[in-house]
Amino acid sequence: MDRTSYRELRFTPRFWGLVVILGAFVAAAGGIVLYVEHYGHIVTGMNNQIVWGVPHVFAIFLIVAASGALNISSIGTVFGKKDYKPVGRLSNLLAVALLIGGLAVLVLDLGRPDRLVMAMYTYNFTSIFAWNILLYSGFIGIVALYLYTQMARGVPEIAQKSAGMLAFVWRLALTTGTGSIFGWLVARQAYDAAIMAPLFIAMSFSFGMAVFMLVMFMTTGISTRQFPVALRTRQARLLGIFVAVVLYFTAVQHLSAIYVAEHAGVERFILLEGGIYTLLFWGGQVLIGGIIPMIILFSKQAATSGRLVGLAAGMIVLGGFAQLYVIIIGGQAYPLEIFPGFEVSSSFSDGVINAYTPTMLEFGLGIGGVALALLLALGGMKILRIMPDNATE
Amino acid sequence: MKNLLTSLLAVLALAIAPAHAQELFPSIPKALGEPHPEGNEYWRINHPALLAHDRDLVVLEGIRDVDASLVGCVVCHAVNGPDQGPVPMPVDAGSPDNSCQVCHQFVAIEIGCFVCHASVPSKEDVAMILPQYSADDEGWRDYMEDLAALQEAPQ
Amino acid sequence: MTSPLHKEKGAELSRRDILKSGAALATVTLAPGVTLMAFGGKKAAAGEDMPADGLKPGARWGLLIDAAKCPEDCSACVSACSAELGWENNGLETDPQWIRKVTLRDKETGRTNSLPVMCQHCESPPCVDVCPTGASFKREDGIVLVNRHTCIGCRYCMMACPFKARSFVFAPVSDQKSIAPRGIGTVEGCTLCVHKIDRGDGTTACVEACTATGNNAMMFGDLNDPESEIAIAVATYASVELRADLGLNLGVRYQNI
Repeated sequence: MDRTSYRELRFTPRFWGLVVILGAFVAAAGGIVLYVEHYGHIVTGMNNQIVWGVPHVFAIFLIVAASGALNISSIGTVFGKKDYKPVGRLSNLLAVALLIGGLAVLVLDLGRPDRLVMAMYTYNFTSIFAWNILLYSGFIGIVALYLYTQMARGVPEIAQKSAGMLAFVWRLALTTGTGSIFGWLVARQAYDAAIMAPLFIAMSFSFGMAVFMLVMFMTTGISTRQFPVALRTRQARLLGIFVAVVLYFTAVQHLSAIYVAEHAGVERFILLEGGIYTLLFWGGQVLIGGIIPMIILFSKQAATSGRLVGLAAGMIVLGGFAQLYVIIIGGQAYPLEIFPGFEVSSSFSDGVINAYTPTMLEFGLGIGGVALALLLALGGMKILRIMPDNATE
Repeated sequence: MKNLLTSLLAVLALAIAPAHAQELFPSIPKALGEPHPEGNEYWRINHPALLAHDRDLVVLEGIRDVDASLVGCVVCHAVNGPDQGPVPMPVDAGSPDNSCQVCHQFVAIEIGCFVCHASVPSKEDVAMILPQYSADDEGWRDYMEDLAALQEAPQ
Repeated sequence: MTSPLHKEKGAELSRRDILKSGAALATVTLAPGVTLMAFGGKKAAAGEDMPADGLKPGARWGLLIDAAKCPEDCSACVSACSAELGWENNGLETDPQWIRKVTLRDKETGRTNSLPVMCQHCESPPCVDVCPTGASFKREDGIVLVNRHTCIGCRYCMMACPFKARSFVFAPVSDQKSIAPRGIGTVEGCTLCVHKIDRGDGTTACVEACTATGNNAMMFGDLNDPESEIAIAVATYASVELRADLGLNLGVRYQNI
């Protein structure tokens, strides 16, 4: 039986301080949205070649992390690991908060955000984007239900297990949908690979766990709650495995592409000659987001030092952003092969590496999405009994 | 739906307003061409739905011989403004004197059309909608003179 | 001359008439063979029974471009498109480009070549598949368009297009042509001069301009009409599709690349 008692967070100066900081970022992002909507996307760094930029990196990171954050709850309910149960509620809350934050960025970067309602009543069922609208809204509904079964009194165990199972299956579908946004793009050499879906699922496990742990550190920092050491150590080990899985899928993705002569060009670009993209791939994704945190998490010190674990989680998040930057923007920077076997040139950037210089506006919008997600999570912890109380530990 | 209701209310208000209160309401500029057979009230209430219906015929099915065409609105309901440069031009939708804006500003509803559509007709547009004007400088001059005469005439 | 876009007449009744005539068109298309011939040829040839408006059922409008006849320094098609449809490219990365001239150089042999690239009007367009709102759509006569009334500006179609045929409008636009509305925050691209096709011009601005230069590198017509010049040309001489490996069945075909 779950005997943990849960309580709302208390108002403390630190809590308010964090709310004010996050609120400022959200407000700044709101201003940016109005500014961009008025002047057009010309004020951003995006152009006709790089049509998705930094806002999409943030949005997709948050959406991927959202489905991953739910795993902690699934491990407790569906896979029956007792250590994870007390933080199951936080896992669900965070999943919804991250998804809303990510969707907000995605939606507010539209050319016509005022027309979003169109996406609700004119619907194209062959579009993965349109499926994702269903998958995302369904996710929020199902996770809310799951949270209810965890929090309400007198709900039979089986109901909670079923809701958890449904949420787990749904989240796999959701991340498959997110990965397929890229995986099913036949036009571009860097995408058009079925491995995108499992790769994104692996990424969600890793990023979601890392973000969850960072939020645990954040919450324990502004309240009197604690991050149980046993849980932290278990999570650290698991996180190390998830990071290894991401590296594995990344290796398969690139090796299988290198093997096909047609894709050799884009692989040489990303892995060797791509400048910022090559740097972000090897330095950001592989080293900072992969190998170093893996060494930390599998080390003996990780069991005793919360700081070290927090550092590794932070590095994984940074590496995750680097990975998505390489996938999303690096994939567009490489020119489309419209005429194989020819060198091409035109007044519309044919045959050249497409330039992209992100602006502060785009980072502001993206960070605003992260701040919104954290703000929603904090608000949820304040008004609902999400966080376990230390007294019963 | 909201737009429809608001315009309905505005038109109702216009209809039942006592004469001395007429100045409160916008004075809608007169238009060139044949009057709408269904009457102005009908069009004032229904123009959003009529335009939305016919735009789908045009865009999706290529049926261009429609009754509610935005080019038609722009040509017949043009308002000449202060002369701009050597060639006189009707005012565009950025001006409060624009026929559409006179009402839309009164009821405080933003017009989405002119984000993409031209709010000032071209010579060809005028000649197409009102064949009495030719699609050249002379036709344009006649058109602008008729617009001016229309607006100077007593209401 | 051109048939009017607009007629001044009673709204309600004639609207119903139009819908009815639209339905009649669809029924006629269901009858095979004969109807196709009946609808073939110029609009002027249309008899009294045939509605004078709406798209031509069963048509597949397309272009045939002969790269051998397209000089590298000529961009008449691009200028004509820009003038006809009211877009302007000043060389910025954010400027629109509905049609562009591409210069090719064979990596092995060094032979150079030049040709225009625009929306290829695929039979299975990736942009239509991915569009969440259905704003990116294909008309029954094979023309791929953006319905700007439902476009939300997500740019997924630009990610999906293998030909970079689409541009995004990055800043507010004024002075649009009434035949080619375009505005901030939506995606746009070659319309195959659908306004000209609908009024029965039987050509596009780019083809007209190319013919006027005397190069005659471009041909417009109905690929489904076996009598048409373009159908005869593609049936007689070799022509290719760009990215034929994708199997999209393009409406634009090239010769002598």
